[in-house]
Amino acid sequence: MDAVELARAQFAFTIGFHILWPTLSIGLAWFCTLLSFLWWRTGRPVYRDLMRFWIRLFALSFGMGVITGIVLSYEIGTNWAGFSRSVSNVLGPMFMYETLTAFFLEAGFIGIMLFGEGRVSKGTHLFACLMVSTGALFSATWIIAANSWMQTPAGAVADANGIFHVTDWWQAIFTASFPYRLAHMVCASFLTGAFVVAGVSAFHLWRRQHLVASRTAFSMAMWLALVLAPTQIALGDLHGRNTLEHQPVKLAAMEGLWDTTKGSAMTVIAWPDMAEQKNLYALDIPHLASLYLTHSWDGEVAGLKTVPPSDQPNVPVVFFAFRIMVGIGLALLATAVTGLVLRLRGRLFYARWFQLLAMATTPLGFLGVLAGWTVTEAGRQPWIVYGHLRTADAVAPVTAGAVTTSLIIFFAVYNVLLLSFVWFAGRLALKGPADTSPPSHEHPGLDRTNAGLLAASSTSPASLSSSSTSPATLEQAGA
Amino acid sequence: MIELMQNPHVPLAFAALAAFCVSVYVLADGLDLGVGILFLAAPRDDQRDLMMASIEPVWDANETWLVMGGTLLIAAFPAGYYVLLPAFYLPIMFMLFALIFRGIAFEFRLQATRFRFVWDIAFAAGSILATLCQGLILGGLIGGVPMQDGMFSGGPFSFFSLLGLMCGVGLLGGYALIGAGWLIWKTDGTTQVFAREIAHAALILTAVMMALVSLWSALTVPEVAARWFALPNLLLLAPVPLATLVVLVAIWRGIWEGAEPRTFLLSLVVFALGLVGLVVSLWPYVVPRHVTVWDGAADPQTLGFIAVGLVIILPIVLAYQAHAYWVFRGKAERHAGGYGGDALAAEPAGGPR
Repeated sequence: MDAVELARAQFAFTIGFHILWPTLSIGLAWFCTLLSFLWWRTGRPVYRDLMRFWIRLFALSFGMGVITGIVLSYEIGTNWAGFSRSVSNVLGPMFMYETLTAFFLEAGFIGIMLFGEGRVSKGTHLFACLMVSTGALFSATWIIAANSWMQTPAGAVADANGIFHVTDWWQAIFTASFPYRLAHMVCASFLTGAFVVAGVSAFHLWRRQHLVASRTAFSMAMWLALVLAPTQIALGDLHGRNTLEHQPVKLAAMEGLWDTTKGSAMTVIAWPDMAEQKNLYALDIPHLASLYLTHSWDGEVAGLKTVPPSDQPNVPVVFFAFRIMVGIGLALLATAVTGLVLRLRGRLFYARWFQLLAMATTPLGFLGVLAGWTVTEAGRQPWIVYGHLRTADAVAPVTAGAVTTSLIIFFAVYNVLLLSFVWFAGRLALKGPADTSPPSHEHPGLDRTNAGLLAASSTSPASLSSSSTSPATLEQAGA
Repeated sequence: MIELMQNPHVPLAFAALAAFCVSVYVLADGLDLGVGILFLAAPRDDQRDLMMASIEPVWDANETWLVMGGTLLIAAFPAGYYVLLPAFYLPIMFMLFALIFRGIAFEFRLQATRFRFVWDIAFAAGSILATLCQGLILGGLIGGVPMQDGMFSGGPFSFFSLLGLMCGVGLLGGYALIGAGWLIWKTDGTTQVFAREIAHAALILTAVMMALVSLWSALTVPEVAARWFALPNLLLLAPVPLATLVVLVAIWRGIWEGAEPRTFLLSLVVFALGLVGLVVSLWPYVVPRHVTVWDGAADPQTLGFIAVGLVIILPIVLAYQAHAYWVFRGKAERHAGGYGGDALAAEPAGGPR
């Protein structure tokens, strides 16, 4: 591999690894804020137990996000000096504002959010949670503004040396694709978070433990998923139509569409052959692409051949990543709708196959996000600033040997990190929230109250209020 | 606004701000890197628990100043960003790896039981390696960076110098001193005694290396010698090393006696004086001896745009960071919340508070 490919591989790997954590922590931060709010307003211990539990998992993902994010803020210089020389006047301030308005806000209040319960009032704790989650959203806003400028640049002109100078900040920040990408990404974070909460709660329901807390969380997560999954698909449709308008080549790669046609067919699956500039083994549905892209039966959609092959992205990568993303979106929607049906039949907490299904959906949001970013970033190639600066001209004067060294170490270190995270977060998640709530009695006999914990906390008010659960019921449930 | 930003004093203001951000980073992260450097020297596990607990609520905010430095550099002095970062590719990468390990140790150490020592080592080794890398970068900056056609033109190892190694060892001593000062202030009992004892060693290392680095850079980098030893400068700048000497002696005398925050606060003064010396040696360059703050500054409309935010937001940031330190004032305690630990099962049951 040459220096450009190595730099691309390293950046793709480090940013792909990084995006997992903000995706999780944006969603979980708001979930924790919601729980902190509910605990403050209702005083129901179940919300406090859930809040403490999810704050711990949030803390782990937040920390992973911080340390892998610092890497990126330096990599843009160490590996992409040509890029930073060209665009620093435009993107530099966006990165700086991200630090100033987002990272500092998160960092300033994360200590109180994680360690402050008990030291500060419930209201102050809620405020700290709110600041951390707001900071996470600000961060997403600035970084997506910067990324959107790379996709649909505006508000700046390049001089003879290829250095961009801003003419209009409003246009440079609020570019054509910015609102769509921001909404699509934030919704993806919430959706991923909802399915993580659902999956972990489903595990405890399946094991018949921590029932009060897990039912509460599972129910909240499935309501969220029911709203977010269709919203995300609608946002994706809007985003796709925006891409059709501003980055037609990327869209053609997503669709696997080579020739500009009216009434374009939707290619369900195929092997896009870049050498032949056509699809092999294609399964097409006539007119469907025009229908959902242009919302008309005979709408015209531009094909890949409108540009020479040297200006086309790697079509198979974009094509398949897009299908993975859409497939995951549909699977999550189906899960959410199934949840609604079960809820209406009163079986949401009891259908064991659905608990297994919910556990299986836990990683899907992350895969969807990775696939989606692959679509948009690989689809932008061969440009780093769409239509203006080629990726090949943007690298730093660093030797291939140095980049190979760092890439290998990143690969090893990040795998160790991931394994450690899965180990520790998994252990926390499987252990579950504390049981200090009185068990619910809606279906006596089905609940298996944790007898060991009950005995251990016999002096607590919780055990007093749960003393109505007779030992016979406990034994019966335990058997 | 744009006319205002074309004023030649504006890059000076941004340079001052960048120096401020670097100083805050060095002072703030210095204390938690310092605690990490001393980590394995602490004799007992419960002391290490306490040491880590004392920096847990603040380390993230401290490290954010490193990102602030990087992003302010690309926004205000892009030349510094795209020339210096490739020039220090390897030390920056290894610093990042080191920061990853020490950052993750905060999260996982408390939860680990059998393999806790692995995270102890990750935390300490990460702190030490990150500090050494910062020293190598510092030494490379003083020595100068090869540059051609507006880009870095050296090889992957042209950052390396003996001066850089000396700076690295010096920073180890300095951060350890700040860390020991922090522990004297924020802990008690045996941990505090340990901190007081090790503060002496850190202080000696700091003083020796500061002297060595100053002498060596004056001997090997003629531009630095010219800056310090030309005649009006020699007299004007003499207070800097003299004040440093006075403060070092004051620290030595106050480690066992005197108010508890004294060692910490005075060690911050030592670092501030060291940074003043560094600015004197490197002024007025962003990329030493190639790009000045005036040539390297961003467009006036870019500077104007970031100035608005910095003037309004930075004071707020400083205020709530100070507030976070205030919330966690007093002696550190081993707490069971946050990043995990065994708190889950042991959590006392109770109704709404």
